[in-house]
Amino acid sequence: MTTRYTREHEWIRLDGDTALVGISQYAQEQLGDIVFVELPAVGKKLAKGDEAAVVESVKAASEIFAPVAGEVVAVNDALADAPGTVNSDPEAGGWFLKLKVANRADLDSLMDEAAYKAFLETI
Amino acid sequence: MRFLPHTEADRAAMLQRIGVPSIEGLFADIPAGKRLGGLVDLPVSKSEIEVERTLGRMAAKNTAAASVPFFVGAGAYRHHVPASVDHLIQRSEFLTSYTPYQPEISQGTLQYLFEFQTQVANLTAMEVANASMYDGSTATAEAVLMAHRVTRRRKAVLSGGLHPQYRSTVETVSRMAGDMLAALPADPANTEDILAAIDDETSCVVVQSPSFYGHLIDLAPIAEKAHAAGALLVAVFTEVVALGAIEPPGAQGADIVVGEGQSIGNPLTYGGPYVGLFATRSKYVRQMPGRLCGETVDAEGRRGFVLTLSTREQHIRRDKATSNICTNSGLCSLAFTIHMTLLGEMGLERLAALNHANAVKLADALGTVKSVSVLNDTFFNEFTIRVPGDAGEIIEKLAGKGVLGGVPVSRLEHDNAALRDLIVVASTEINTDADRAAYVAALKEVL
Repeated sequence: MTTRYTREHEWIRLDGDTALVGISQYAQEQLGDIVFVELPAVGKKLAKGDEAAVVESVKAASEIFAPVAGEVVAVNDALADAPGTVNSDPEAGGWFLKLKVANRADLDSLMDEAAYKAFLETI
Repeated sequence: MRFLPHTEADRAAMLQRIGVPSIEGLFADIPAGKRLGGLVDLPVSKSEIEVERTLGRMAAKNTAAASVPFFVGAGAYRHHVPASVDHLIQRSEFLTSYTPYQPEISQGTLQYLFEFQTQVANLTAMEVANASMYDGSTATAEAVLMAHRVTRRRKAVLSGGLHPQYRSTVETVSRMAGDMLAALPADPANTEDILAAIDDETSCVVVQSPSFYGHLIDLAPIAEKAHAAGALLVAVFTEVVALGAIEPPGAQGADIVVGEGQSIGNPLTYGGPYVGLFATRSKYVRQMPGRLCGETVDAEGRRGFVLTLSTREQHIRRDKATSNICTNSGLCSLAFTIHMTLLGEMGLERLAALNHANAVKLADALGTVKSVSVLNDTFFNEFTIRVPGDAGEIIEKLAGKGVLGGVPVSRLEHDNAALRDLIVVASTEINTDADRAAYVAALKEVL
């Protein structure tokens, strides 16, 4: 269960043919206090790069994009009452949605943790 | 200094860019017969006293609402507004301040908006209300869009008791958004079966109570059926004073309550500006359009007010905004707040009771006129009568006798022959026994 990252600071973690998607530690630090997460409908089919969710902080509202193609099979309803979980535990409890991944090989094109850390050094 | 920054060269460049030969070319779509051949022949100058005389003569051709027995309602109501309301809203801190873009510096504005929201939430028995919309019709259209967002469905069901102009506003917005709409036929006799129109594609059911024709609608069973189908109930009112007498929509299960607030604090003023009221449940607050003021404490623990929710507005969220409304009807909502504060809960209830009592007296009196019938079993301060003949012509004849007797339904529902003999009649606290006697006498003469 390795975690992959995008240049837009989403993470995706595959388990079987489903994967959890959220935003990285770096992303939550940049956004500041998160006050609302707008999640997609379960059953929604997403192409890679499609808008999957919207995260709203005291500073800004930002789109969250699908790291790979897939179908939304679950969303983290707990964020409705506790959006701050995205700040306190971004890469585990603060997950946004679960995708049934269309093609597992799609994850290979994303950064692993080491590559993402190196990418963060450049910005 | 003239505020016309463009030079001839600027204009020529702009015309060339859009491919139009001349300024005249911009008006090519207007038929020649509808255009003036040149400038209007106005006198070069007139003294102030001459202008007053001319305009006074023109104004005297109108039959003003305050000058005759007046029974016109159908979405805009003539009420007594205390003189103190007008005096207070003309304080320059209120009158000249624009929508706060650096909101927290305008504590006075935020405080009255907070109090306005609290009043609207209490009136409707809802958990949260926004800082106002443009008017009742646009608030209704925004409620439909919000219901689509909440339910992720795109089909609204509109009751035939909804004000025709509200229906038309919803239709316009839905058409532009590509949404579906099931608008039930006009329902003057309150016989529609709206429950049958709710299905599992329905995002919301939009019901007005009191209806356009004046009937009070029991919202609870509609809420129950809507919720069972996964839809929301949008409750609408055009006469906010009714909420001083009837069970509030929030207590009957409504998910969104919208309406017109003009009756409190705001005169008729030819149809606007008015103030739209918008309230909903806390769980939907993130999907609510408009702005929301909140109460807080500063670093030293002192009470203060903030613009709690505005990130959904277009100036921050832009294309992610829940709505294109980025402001509110500030001065009208202030007038509402001041008038409502002067009334208080008891005052509103007494005002509502007086309205209803006057309307009952009027219905009883009109019901005695031969071949006139009142359609309503229930009403607040407005009801529908059936007259023998064309309602529009009868209203014109009544106006000729110095009585403004209501709104012929055909004026708003065009091309529906079945509605041609109906008049929507309103009676508020302003009407006297003499007004009612004048109406009955005039009606007997013209029929």
